[in-house]
Amino acid sequence: MSEYKITIGIECHVQLNTKTKLFSGVDNDAVDKEPNSCVSPIDYALPGMLPVLNKAAVEKAVRAGLAMNCKINLLSRFDRKHYYYPDLPKGYQISQMYQPIIGAGVVHLPDGSDVKIEHAHLEEDAGKLSHFGNYSLVDLNRAGTPLIEIVSMPDIHSAAQARAYCEELHRLMMYADVTNGDLYQGNMRFDVNISISKTDELGTRAEIKNLNSFRSVERAVEYEYKRQKALLEKGEKVIQETRGWNDATGKTTSQRSKEEAQDYRYMPEPDVPPIVLEQSYVDKVAAEMPMMPADYRSKFGVLNLDDSAREAIINYPVLAERLAEVCDKNVNLAPRVANWFASVLLAEENLDKDFTLATGAELTELSEMVEKKELSSTAAKDVLLEMYDHKNTSKTPHQLAKEMNLLQENDENALSQIIDEVLQMPECAKAAEDVRNGEMKAIGFLVGQVMKKSQGKANPASVNELIRNKLS
Amino acid sequence: MKIADKNTKAVDLVRAALEKAKEYEDYHAFISMNEAHALERAREIDAKIERGEPVGRLAGVPYALKDNFSSPQGHTTAAAKMLEDYPSPITATAVAKIEAEGAIMIGRTNLDAYAHGGSTENSYFGPTSNAYDKERVAGGSSGGSAVAVALDIVPFALGSDTGGSIRQPASFNGVVGVKPTYGTVSRYGVVAMASSTDTMGCFAKNVEDANLVMSIMAGRDEKDSTTLADFWTKDLTEATPKQKKIALIKDSIGEGIDPEVKSAIENYASKLKKAGYTVEEIDMPILKYALAIYYIVVPAEIASNLSRYDGIRYGLRSSEAKNLDSVYNMTRDEGFMPENKRRIMIGNFVLSSGFFDAYYLKAQKARTLLIDAYNKAFEKYDALLCPVAPRPAFKIGENTSDPLQMYLEDVMTVPASLAGLPAMSVPAGKSKSGLPIGAQLVGPRQSDQILLNIAASVEDK
Repeated sequence: MSEYKITIGIECHVQLNTKTKLFSGVDNDAVDKEPNSCVSPIDYALPGMLPVLNKAAVEKAVRAGLAMNCKINLLSRFDRKHYYYPDLPKGYQISQMYQPIIGAGVVHLPDGSDVKIEHAHLEEDAGKLSHFGNYSLVDLNRAGTPLIEIVSMPDIHSAAQARAYCEELHRLMMYADVTNGDLYQGNMRFDVNISISKTDELGTRAEIKNLNSFRSVERAVEYEYKRQKALLEKGEKVIQETRGWNDATGKTTSQRSKEEAQDYRYMPEPDVPPIVLEQSYVDKVAAEMPMMPADYRSKFGVLNLDDSAREAIINYPVLAERLAEVCDKNVNLAPRVANWFASVLLAEENLDKDFTLATGAELTELSEMVEKKELSSTAAKDVLLEMYDHKNTSKTPHQLAKEMNLLQENDENALSQIIDEVLQMPECAKAAEDVRNGEMKAIGFLVGQVMKKSQGKANPASVNELIRNKLS
Repeated sequence: MKIADKNTKAVDLVRAALEKAKEYEDYHAFISMNEAHALERAREIDAKIERGEPVGRLAGVPYALKDNFSSPQGHTTAAAKMLEDYPSPITATAVAKIEAEGAIMIGRTNLDAYAHGGSTENSYFGPTSNAYDKERVAGGSSGGSAVAVALDIVPFALGSDTGGSIRQPASFNGVVGVKPTYGTVSRYGVVAMASSTDTMGCFAKNVEDANLVMSIMAGRDEKDSTTLADFWTKDLTEATPKQKKIALIKDSIGEGIDPEVKSAIENYASKLKKAGYTVEEIDMPILKYALAIYYIVVPAEIASNLSRYDGIRYGLRSSEAKNLDSVYNMTRDEGFMPENKRRIMIGNFVLSSGFFDAYYLKAQKARTLLIDAYNKAFEKYDALLCPVAPRPAFKIGENTSDPLQMYLEDVMTVPASLAGLPAMSVPAGKSKSGLPIGAQLVGPRQSDQILLNIAASVEDK
């Protein structure tokens, strides 16, 4: 008996990080704000209020589209999607049903697979309800926040790939600087459509709504696969329905069947004129786009990093950008920097460092110092961490190493002088004699003494060699 | 109109208007008066004049405001129970512009609730009487504003016109009514009826006053993305028609038209001829579909625009409601008039899945054909002439049990609304029983001032 094949399509809502809302001039960032403190008469849907499109949201949408290799539609329009809920003040959401701003595209996943994008559209977010005993409260701070809804093709065929797709979308949106990307705050939310089938014909799908972590996407898909498989094996049918995910129980539960689905009575939005873009505008935005994760993956190929280290770095656009700068300056110095990023910076317990503080040039310099044996690799890691301290931004790695007394003494004359002094010391006489007699084990003691006298700054390898020469 | 100056006190102008409003109280033109605030503003303007400070082009001129324009003075009710106690925190752009020139709002005028209707009988606060016959309707929906001007209470009043709501009451009450090109005056702050045909205009006693008021209200407003750059810039005498050719729409004075209306329009046509215009009769068969298009597109937008009145944030909330569903259902049941509900039902029907293509989409396509037919006509003519309404003002209560008959009264006014064209209603005589009859001039987009210029050339002084 053949296995069931799983087919997954994902809709992702991304809150755009514009200064103001999609159709009103109030603050779009409501984190830690009093409920209903970021609400204009437009968001409140007072009689006679009209939406005024925020051009910055259009630019963010274009950037998001370009990040997903999508066609940007030069003409797009808004439509009204009607339903009643207290978090939707106008009784309709302004969305793009018929002519979205972002057309077809493709997202490349780290494992080399592709997920095609059907389209993505601009729309406004709704507010938030909090339920208490016998009443509920409405907070409209989030009402009117610009969103793009990214609709994938049903190209995904495993829970792991579903997760990888969501993670890659997150990276793309962060790289394009269109969202704050805080999943805990709901900046990105996923609706996952899942069906299973043994044939080429797709099975009946269930939609799991409002997943807000990569892990819950993966777990929900795994659970749905088992649930749907169990149903089919019992000879029952999968019902087309909307299901919710319960993170605590690890299960999905039915919310609404297809029969209960709402009729949204879509209508062209007469208050907002169509968005008409010039190709030259799209070209300009494209020219301003930074390198994307896929670009970095190919650029870092020569460094032979392991996949997890590479992806860990790429998760942080600034680190990827810095590493790329090091590659451009001297590709031989880059693997060490990559290693520092993956196993020093990102291994820190508190990842609250400002990764912009160390420049590519400084990181190259630091790596070069190790290469030239001016700094031990242990000392380099200490210097590296200091470079991410705000008080040190004006100092070069060399200045820092010097201040920290970590520079290795490679100057042969200076080293020679220290060695001579050590060899004169009475407590070293025996060891020196042993070395002279070919008992090379004793050289470690002498090197240790020189290191001590140089306060650790001597390069041990050079010291070793110089002592041998002197005592041979 | 009289403007306040060193010799004419704003306080006297406002006081006279308030007194007249009281004298004609039984016409029920007003929903609420703004007496104290109006007098206070008048005193401020007089003080400014005293000090020699600038006071604006409408200094001290009392005006009446259709009660669907937001203003922080009093309640903005839209003549609906839903908003009976709603104090708007904002000022409609049109109001702000008029008042920046020194005009003083003395009261808010009656309308069909949410501007749905052509008689002002759909007002939650009761109907307004026609200025010439108390037994007859004022027309609508801007009935109160038309009557306030016709009774000489105020020299001008603001109104909104979605399918004839300025032109028809202007015609019924013998005053000038201007419905500008769609997008001429900002819709910001006006309780929305149908977004794609809502326009803001005015009533006045003569073309010159109307032109002054419109020139102040017109212009681009960042708060309304559908507004046009200000084109209302010409001195009226410079806004001359290119071809001096006007088309009389034949069907509009054909079957079903009151003979007195027909002869008033023919008479107006001969006046135009005497003034040097060529008047030719033309056929525009597509106009007969306009009413059907209108009563699909407009209810759809109405149903959508009225969705916000849900009892959650402001306005009425049914005291009987016990849960979310009953907050919605009972609030909307109590807060809307039967005509509002009728349009909400039609609108939701034509937008519902399975019917959208057959009704809404098809109507929009027909609307495009209508616009094309107008454009073709305007290749040859400066303006089109037709009646405003098929007959003079009807009796109060005459049509209330027959909504379809009521809709048919809009047959002459909705075509220009659907096409976004400027259209004016100008007095064209009276019936034997003394009821005013209006003539309607319709022109290409942004030819508003040319239409006013044409009207001025045959205006009775």
